Amino acid sequence: MSVAVTYTSREEIEVYRFSPFATVLIPLFAILAQVFVPVKLRFFSVFDLPLLVTLFFAVARRSQVSGLMTGAIIGLLQDAMTHQPLGLYGIAKTVVGYGASSLGVKIDVENPGSRLLIGFGFYWVHQAVYFLVARNIGGLQLEWRWVHTFGAALANGLLAIVIFAVLDRHKQRA
Amino acid sequence: MENVLTRYRNTTILVAVLFAQIIGLAVQIKKPTEAGPMRLLRYWVVSAITPLERGVVGAGHGLRDLWSDYLYLRGVREENRELKQQIEQMRIEEVRLQQDADQARRLQALLAFKEQFISQTVAAQVIGTSGSEQSRILYIDKGSAEGIQPDMAVVTPDGIVGKVLRVFRTSSQVLEIGDQSSGVGGILEKSRLQGIVKGSGAGEISLQYVMSDEKVEPGERVLTSGGDRIFPKGLPIGTVTGAAPGRDLFLNIRVKPSAALGRVEEVLVITKVVEKEAESDQAAGPVRAADILAQRLPTVERKAPSAPPTPGAAAPPSPTPKSAANASSATPKPSPVAGAPAGNPVRPKPTPAPTRSGPSLETPPQTSEGAPR
Repeated sequence: MSVAVTYTSREEIEVYRFSPFATVLIPLFAILAQVFVPVKLRFFSVFDLPLLVTLFFAVARRSQVSGLMTGAIIGLLQDAMTHQPLGLYGIAKTVVGYGASSLGVKIDVENPGSRLLIGFGFYWVHQAVYFLVARNIGGLQLEWRWVHTFGAALANGLLAIVIFAVLDRHKQRA
Repeated sequence: MENVLTRYRNTTILVAVLFAQIIGLAVQIKKPTEAGPMRLLRYWVVSAITPLERGVVGAGHGLRDLWSDYLYLRGVREENRELKQQIEQMRIEEVRLQQDADQARRLQALLAFKEQFISQTVAAQVIGTSGSEQSRILYIDKGSAEGIQPDMAVVTPDGIVGKVLRVFRTSSQVLEIGDQSSGVGGILEKSRLQGIVKGSGAGEISLQYVMSDEKVEPGERVLTSGGDRIFPKGLPIGTVTGAAPGRDLFLNIRVKPSAALGRVEEVLVITKVVEKEAESDQAAGPVRAADILAQRLPTVERKAPSAPPTPGAAAPPSPTPKSAANASSATPKPSPVAGAPAGNPVRPKPTPAPTRSGPSLETPPQTSEGAPR
């Protein structure tokens, strides 16, 4: 008999759902902000709002299929705004969505510390998958920048605390 | 089998979704032009996002204009006065530049140079970016409806920004020169060394394919060479910030872009470039190359006649009667010397050869104080 090991602080894992309104508009708003804000503040492209939204939906729903599908759709929409082939962000966010929802089942994702780690850790995963796919399948000549990626991961981790807290208002108990 | 799929349902779906995307990616890489569902998806997304961006930008500008045009008017009078003074100074400067340009045009005509003239541009507003550090893309609010086409040059008054990559009906994608897939033919202004200006993953630009035995000084300007057939020749790209031996036999020349790529809000799309041979100033009649060179090159000023003038005697006849005649014919354009700034070295006035035939380019000597206003 196998026993599932979880590190949640509760007896039961809380699973949330979202209204169709929030399901559609939150990712769209994230993509819109991601492509618009850098016009005024160029450094903003360090952040990856669609990634944070993918993470939020994945850990809140705690469903692997839902997480990977959310990641794939958001990633493909993000790809469409770039000049690169469709699928680079799609693949990276599919993996992230699946991984985050798997992790959401195991650990408590409600406190700021774990949210910081989720944002920080999955940014690395996202960049690594993107880099591998872009270089090996997309044929792009990308340079891996350790220091920059570390800084960006930290920035996204910190932003994850804020974004998750804001988006918590849209959660509904399933 | 069915049992395995049910047991590993989530993993199976993950693999299927990843596999589908990898196949789609491979198809796009193989086909040089985007077509089918990929193009459709991109078209839909851009068509859905850009109107929202346009609305946000429009609302932002409306608020900003309301504030700056009607509410915050502090210091406007003072600024107006300063601007008027600037206009006066620039008018004087313009006359001098016009003279230089006329002269350059005449020289080019003699050498049968072909010039590229930017004859038509469309002003556009930046309404978005790709939002990704790996894709240096700008979205502008003009598309095929306004005559924008792929591979048109996008510039600002400071320098080039990039080229149009994809065109939609009411918006276009512009690939910045800082993107790693971008390449622009560049030439160093002084040394005339040519290379290719390429972007990097960090959004910086560098001039590549300049041999390592060449000397490149920081501060030298990099201009478009026109070799890429996209950017007209002579537009500023940037300034050299440093050069070091790179890989292979080439220098690694770092360039700071002239245009503020991170803060571009308005751009010009060059929609029409006319290539024609330079025309000389026909009003002045045929001009000999020797005359133009004589004007350009410093010459020794002719000394006065050796016999000292006796008091009360008539002044010696002018050695340049033709120049004097021209002076009286009220040449509308001032002399190149006329508008020269006081600090600039003024070349000695060339002395016309006595055997010269045809109209002279000479104009009566004027000082900078005599510059027309």
